[in-house]
Amino acid sequence: MSLTRLLAVARKEVLQIIRDTRSLAIVVVMPVTLMLLFGYGVNLDLKELPVYVCDQDGSQQSQDLLKRFQSTKYFEIVRVVDNVPAIEHALDSGEAKMGIVIPWNFSQRLSQGGSVQVQAIVDATDDNTANVLMGYAQGVVQGYSTGIQVAWLQAHGLTLQPVPINVATRTWYNEDLESSAFIIPGVLALVMSVIGAFLTSLTIAREWERGSMEQLISTPVTAMEIMLGKLAPYFVLGMIDVAVCAVLAIAWFHVPFRGSYMTLAFSSALFLVTVLSLGFFISVVAKSQLAASQIALIITFLPAFLLSGFLFSIEQMPVVLQGITYLFPARYYVTLLKKIFLKGTPAAMLTADLLPLAGFTVVLALVATRSFHKRLE
Amino acid sequence: MPEPANSVVIENLVKRFGDFVAVDHLNLAVGKGEVFGFLGPNGAGKSTTIRMLCGLIRPTSGRAQVAGFDVGRNPESVRQNIGYMSQKFSLYNDLKVIENLRLFAGLYSVPSAKLKDRIEWAIEMANLKGQENLITGTLPGGWKQRLALGCAVLHQPPILFLDEPTSGVDPISRREFWDLIQHMAEAGVTVFVTTHYMEEAEYCNRLALIFRGKMVALGTPGELKRDSMKGELLLIECDPLGTAVEALQSAPGVMDAAVFGNALHLVVQDAAAAEPRIKEFLHNHNVSISRIEKIRPTLEDVFVSLTTTRGPAQESKP
Repeated sequence: MSLTRLLAVARKEVLQIIRDTRSLAIVVVMPVTLMLLFGYGVNLDLKELPVYVCDQDGSQQSQDLLKRFQSTKYFEIVRVVDNVPAIEHALDSGEAKMGIVIPWNFSQRLSQGGSVQVQAIVDATDDNTANVLMGYAQGVVQGYSTGIQVAWLQAHGLTLQPVPINVATRTWYNEDLESSAFIIPGVLALVMSVIGAFLTSLTIAREWERGSMEQLISTPVTAMEIMLGKLAPYFVLGMIDVAVCAVLAIAWFHVPFRGSYMTLAFSSALFLVTVLSLGFFISVVAKSQLAASQIALIITFLPAFLLSGFLFSIEQMPVVLQGITYLFPARYYVTLLKKIFLKGTPAAMLTADLLPLAGFTVVLALVATRSFHKRLE
Repeated sequence: MPEPANSVVIENLVKRFGDFVAVDHLNLAVGKGEVFGFLGPNGAGKSTTIRMLCGLIRPTSGRAQVAGFDVGRNPESVRQNIGYMSQKFSLYNDLKVIENLRLFAGLYSVPSAKLKDRIEWAIEMANLKGQENLITGTLPGGWKQRLALGCAVLHQPPILFLDEPTSGVDPISRREFWDLIQHMAEAGVTVFVTTHYMEEAEYCNRLALIFRGKMVALGTPGELKRDSMKGELLLIECDPLGTAVEALQSAPGVMDAAVFGNALHLVVQDAAAAEPRIKEFLHNHNVSISRIEKIRPTLEDVFVSLTTTRGPAQESKP
């Protein structure tokens, strides 16, 4: 191994990245864009969902109930209509996610001490949102009912036994229940998949396509020196991008960071070497830039997006799919990121994710090394 | 290891691609400081041979030694001792001239003490002074070729392999390029060069004519023109040319007839004896002759006579 030759290849690669505006844009613009996109654009929190109301009763009591809906941050009563078909229309058009119908005998039944039903029609196109909405609505109505019961008992000289069992809930790790805190750390995995696999998948294929490989391998430079020289600049760029993304996440999006920077750097380096090796291997095998870049996106970016737990929780996936996630290094890295950022889990307790990731790193690095030969055939 | 007497030694070298035999049992030795030409049409196996000699592809069978090292077993030692210019220009077009030179100086591990001198020397040699900061892709073809040669000799290799170094380059640049090659040879560098330009072959000390993977002739350009030609050559200027060449193909005593520019080249056993018969033959075919004389064959004549499958002309030979 000659450092002179390795550095010669690395320097050449850096010059080519600087001269190629597309590569440069991917390195500089893409990480920030992805951070902003997922930081602002993707919001899994359910807040101020549009609600249509048809209050057929129009009494003090019905107004009280509606005020309770309005006072939570989950609902936003956007319009009060006077007929049910108007609610149906609003649900059809998507102007409302939920419609509440208070029947004409609402206050009458309540004053008679009877029971009455309030209708809630929910747009269940998105089953997750619908479930959450129904839960919230039930909670609001339950609270109002309890108030009425207490008042009735007091009016009859009785008091209610205090509720025997209470759940005292405290949310940990993501105290504000912000979905951005859950999503943003995972963006690092996306960024690195693009830098690592997508960009490097082009580098060897490009040399074959342009014919420069023939000249390169006619010199004494070894296959290992070509590989390391080509990947080193991308490793440095990838680590810089990790740092930029981490700073954005913490300083701009206020994602809690409770772990150690060393652990973050180490896990990121492992994942980066894994995707770099993968990108290199694809490039060697595909020998065409177009094919290589597409394969790279399919086997690194897509799993990092869909099968890593980045947006969609792995525990909620079908069992078969859960099994498949173990085959993609992104799964371990995203898990590590979430633990390091939100939980601050010490490195010693991360071995369940670090070890498999390191395993992928070693195996893929070896495969990449073995795949590349200095031969034209 | 004692200095080998020959720079390149090829023994029974074979390369097959599937059923296709690209190089067919080649035997050859190239001496130190020789400018050795590998002449043949496209697809004859020239590039395949040169790639095997540079260790870029593996021989199917046979052996080749370059600078005393076996190309199959010791390709890295071979590469330290050679400079190679591939057929297609393959430096980095997006790098500057100086950046390409620095890259190859690094790849050949030119020691840092000599680096500046070697790069300056290469720029001087390639006549690119003042152009160091141009982007390589913007250079005209002739300049690119000279830069590629400069990159290939930064480490002062004793052997140079040039695969059609002047293809696609204008005639003046070609001439300049061959001056450079002669310079290298004078300094003791062995140059192994392929070409399909006949006039370039004249610059070589020795030539191998390659056809369909086989060597059909070997010698100095003079020897080839004197000895390898079967028969003698008659030049005929006549009208109409088309009728004449068609008729002569099957004329008695004519071994070959081909159009060369605005005249005919006719291969016959004995030019003096054939001349009157040809005159009469053409007269009978209503062709008017303005000139007919015996000429010395060019390399192209030799090559054509060695490689054309001989048809009826040869069979009707008396």
